[in-house]
Amino acid sequence: MIINGVQIDDTFAEAFNMRGTRVIITAQNLKWAYNAANAMTGFATSVIGCGVEAGIERELTPEETPDGRPGVAILMFAMSSAVLTKQLETRMGQCVLTCPTAAAFSGIEGSSDEVTRISLGKNLRFFGDGYQISKQFGGKRYWRVPVMDGEFITEETTGMVRAVGGGNFLVLAESQPQALAACEAAIEAMRKIPNVVMPFPGGVVRSGSKVGSKYKSMFASTNDAFCPTLKGLVRTELSPDIESVMEIVIDGLTAEDIRKATRVGIAAACSLGAKNGIKRISAGNYGGKLGQFQFHLRDIMSDPSLNDLAPGAQA
Amino acid sequence: MSALTLTLKISLQQRLDVSALTPERLAGKQPAEIAALTLPYGRQQLRVDAIFDLQGEDTQEIILANGSDKLDYVGREMKSGSITVHGDVGAYAGFQMHGGKLEIRGNAGAYAASGMSGGLMHIHGNAGDYLAAAIPGDRKGMKGGTVIVNGNAGDRVGDQMRRGILLIEGNVGSYCATRMLAGTIGVLGSVGDHIGYGMRRGTLLLTRKPAAMHATLQDCGTHTLPFLSLMFKSFADLPTRFAAIGSNRVQRFAGDIANDGKGEILILQ
Repeated sequence: MIINGVQIDDTFAEAFNMRGTRVIITAQNLKWAYNAANAMTGFATSVIGCGVEAGIERELTPEETPDGRPGVAILMFAMSSAVLTKQLETRMGQCVLTCPTAAAFSGIEGSSDEVTRISLGKNLRFFGDGYQISKQFGGKRYWRVPVMDGEFITEETTGMVRAVGGGNFLVLAESQPQALAACEAAIEAMRKIPNVVMPFPGGVVRSGSKVGSKYKSMFASTNDAFCPTLKGLVRTELSPDIESVMEIVIDGLTAEDIRKATRVGIAAACSLGAKNGIKRISAGNYGGKLGQFQFHLRDIMSDPSLNDLAPGAQA
Repeated sequence: MSALTLTLKISLQQRLDVSALTPERLAGKQPAEIAALTLPYGRQQLRVDAIFDLQGEDTQEIILANGSDKLDYVGREMKSGSITVHGDVGAYAGFQMHGGKLEIRGNAGAYAASGMSGGLMHIHGNAGDYLAAAIPGDRKGMKGGTVIVNGNAGDRVGDQMRRGILLIEGNVGSYCATRMLAGTIGVLGSVGDHIGYGMRRGTLLLTRKPAAMHATLQDCGTHTLPFLSLMFKSFADLPTRFAAIGSNRVQRFAGDIANDGKGEILILQ
């Protein structure tokens, strides 16, 4: 399969069951909503080192937020509900409670087999040292905690759902600037897709890993088969003209959301085409043995049901 | 199915207890069975069809086509559906109501919404004394739900109220929010003396500062409280003028500090 001169490998991304949640953060203006949200989703690129993977999903207009102030929606993913609950609580306490004017609200409503209520501000209220005030509006409980800038407002709980983490694709290009340009284009398009985040810096990761290492203490190490400087040394996956590879990792609330993000991301990268040095699109997997989900690139790029999101490959 | 409509056909001399006429208690009953039910009327028991003309059969939607200030316990313990009264009601309207909608297109007597724990009560006219208060012997008044009063209310509004939202667009009498345990009361009009006496927690929202306040209600200064926007936004679908309040700037009084002092009286600026 070739799109605009870019070869789409016959391979798949391997993804995992995760737990995900959404939090709506509002503040006096977008600047301070971003300050809180950036802190809350900081150091959250990979579950391996950070516990959670998180990112900003999108901006919200004052009409969309519960308190009528500007805000942002963030998504947070972890491998287990225990880790997600713990991380949400500590990040709320250190990043939102502390941020001037910021407030936090549930981003996933309801309670059912699919949606579990987890604590958002439920335990942060004790920061109020007895002066905290509970209020119930529209069947939801909120906490008002007196703080030095006025009052910190938080909803008591948010919803946690089963989610999918680790969708990905690789951009192989003739030079580092060209690979980065393609990834930037892909990320810009993918940020318009709801229910997904790309948790790495700027959405892009350069240090793809393989399982295992020559060192006993390491359980993952650099993906030498895709390292351009090792082309002559290892069993490389790269042709002589590839000089740089970058990866985009996608976490989403459902597999369908990841399919959509993959489609628009690859389409945007391919729109730059071979003439801009973009040669191949591939994906990372573990031979299909570890993950519960597989995202086959050619299948996604030829799926006619995604045609209105982004152009795919001609049949 | 058309709404079950009851039209009062006698002039009531005694108090009439209409507890039995709720969607739950009438569910599954045929019109003839409803007509044969008896209601306490003073010391007597009267058949429903001796008091009311009956029409329609949908027991989830009950209409009292005219009212009387002697109709007690309208919507007592109702959980779902709706009751609409085109006229006045007596005491204990919505007593221990759990859910559904009770609409009174007239005035209500004493102890309306006492023990109420859910649902929506809308009084188009005035409410009597002890609105959302506890009856003697009970330790808690209203425990949840929403009450809207377009007119005025009497004394002791929200006495020992525990939870829920009580919105009064007119004036209220003395001793408003006394011994309040929690919840929210809003008053657009004036309030009488002794507001918030013994108030433990909860919020009393006023549009103007009362002439006198107890020394145990302490001024905490003027603030912009974001939770108020959240609250007014949650009123958007309710038939109340409170939904249109744009300001969230208030002067905050905390009290009653003789009783823990976690309550607040907010005066819109």
